[in-house]
Amino acid sequence: MKQLLILGAGTSGTMMANHLVKKLNKNEWKITIIDQYKTHYYQPGFLFLPFDTYTEDQVKKKGNKFIPKGVNYIQTKIEQIFPKENKVKLENETINYDILIVATGCKIAPEEIEGMKGKNWQKNIFDFYTYEGSLALRNKLRDWKGGKMLIHITEMPIKCPVAPLEFAFLADSYFTKKGMRDKVEITYVTPLSGAFTKDKCSKSLTYLLDDKNINIETDFAIEHVDNENNKIVDYAEKELDYDLLVTVPTNMGDEVIEGSGMGDDLNFVPTHHNTLQSLENENVFVIGDATDVPASKAGSVAHFQAETLTDNILLYIAGKPLKEEFDGHANCFIETGFNKALLIDFNYEHEPVHGTFPFAGIGPLQLLKESVINHWGKLAFRWIYWNMLLKGIPIPFVGRNMSTKGKKLD
Amino acid sequence: MSIDVKRTDEGYLANFSDWNKEIGNEIAKEDEIEMTDKHWEVITWIQEQIKLGKALSIRSIKKSGVVDIKEFYKLFPRGLKISTKIAGVEKPKGCI
Ligand SMILES: Cc1cc2nc3c(=O)[nH]c(=O)nc-3n(C[C@H](O)[C@H](O)[C@H](O)COP(=O)(O)OP(=O)(O)OC[C@H]3O[C@@H](n4cnc5c(N)ncnc54)[C@H](O)[C@@H]3O)c2cc1C
Repeated sequence: MKQLLILGAGTSGTMMANHLVKKLNKNEWKITIIDQYKTHYYQPGFLFLPFDTYTEDQVKKKGNKFIPKGVNYIQTKIEQIFPKENKVKLENETINYDILIVATGCKIAPEEIEGMKGKNWQKNIFDFYTYEGSLALRNKLRDWKGGKMLIHITEMPIKCPVAPLEFAFLADSYFTKKGMRDKVEITYVTPLSGAFTKDKCSKSLTYLLDDKNINIETDFAIEHVDNENNKIVDYAEKELDYDLLVTVPTNMGDEVIEGSGMGDDLNFVPTHHNTLQSLENENVFVIGDATDVPASKAGSVAHFQAETLTDNILLYIAGKPLKEEFDGHANCFIETGFNKALLIDFNYEHEPVHGTFPFAGIGPLQLLKESVINHWGKLAFRWIYWNMLLKGIPIPFVGRNMSTKGKKLD
Repeated sequence: MSIDVKRTDEGYLANFSDWNKEIGNEIAKEDEIEMTDKHWEVITWIQEQIKLGKALSIRSIKKSGVVDIKEFYKLFPRGLKISTKIAGVEKPKGCI
């Protein structure tokens, strides 16, 4: 029997297991998937947890529920990959593989910045990119009396690059509903040169920050956190005070990638942008947040990648050339607060533009424009995630490659 | 001297092939930067990275072996934005 091994049972790994179990010949191939945790988290829900919009139970489920029959599931830590020897060392055993899929995602690394994970971590410095961080922040916000709140991005790339901005919009909405918006000063701090660095987004969306009275600090390259004076300080010696710092720390691939010598500076695996084959080893494929491809690190992107990757694994097995098909397609809802949201649909080449989606001229979703329907779309995404996305069921009318239909391109 | 080659709205060179040291110097002056050997060393390093197709980031500066980040900001107070402009390469890309 040949072995196809999937590392990581998050969004991408689980989708690949569901796709491939239907496609590979059971008499020839054994599929094994490995993850360290019992629990599968719905990470997009971490954005809503701090504002008491979602409960704990809505963002986590037992992971093995989503692993299909016929796939061997091992819950353990992956210690090292030996790509030249086609084997992977786990805590208690070593497994050989014929084909490897790396789906180990990425995670926050607050220790990269001096003072970030210091004595005030989860006291007045919080992240919302982990379950624990998001929950701790919810508890803090429940009885926070107000003051200066910074919503801060450490460095790019981060997963779901719009999440911090959504956090700012939702915070505005949350404090308004609590009748204490006048007691909170919200500032959005980014290392980029604007909240939206793509031209059309910037033109259409900058009003949102003004309308919501959210300040913005751009080009802020953080150097350290000063825990004595509650300040963040950047390399150009600019200082920003806070009472509450909500930060998105550096995002990095797992240490196992570094330990196996397979990653770049941030432990992302160099990957072909269109085939998703690793650049170093031809029987290693990479998907989702673990890759270094210049697409958004998002569940929707992983979903489109999974369709291309499934085809490419079958082509690889058949000894045929791979399809250079993946185009960087991303489809993201952006919560703007007060029960509205925006929708953006873009790829490597085309930046987000106005239009209707998925049906040209009809919608019902509007691109790059706030609407209540878009907000329902975002909330429906949780149901779609658990019931369709993880199972590898295609989303009706939304193809793996970006469609230009209904889009107002230049 | 004025710069009579094509530039973007934000002042970046439209074509790197137009770049030379004088143009770099002029762009630096617009930002009140007096270029020294150390400045040029960084500029050369940036141009090499772009040629190799590598993405520039603060983190890559740290690993450059040419300057540390503090020194980099002393040389170029507006960081990568201005140093890439002087180097005649594209503005570093962000996400959305
Ligand atoms: C706050 C927030 C909001 C988001 N909002 C959205 C959104 O609205 N829309 C959207 O599309 N996406 C969103 N995302 C992004 C989305 O959650 C991720 O892009 C997606 O989960 C990536 O899937 P993945 O499988 O590549 O990584 P993950 O789902 O993170 O899975 C990686 C898995 O690998 C396992 N693993 C890693 N290393 C090891 C090891 N050494 N041993 C054993 N197991 C290991 C981990 O335990 C994990 O289960 C959001 C993310 C966050 C944090």
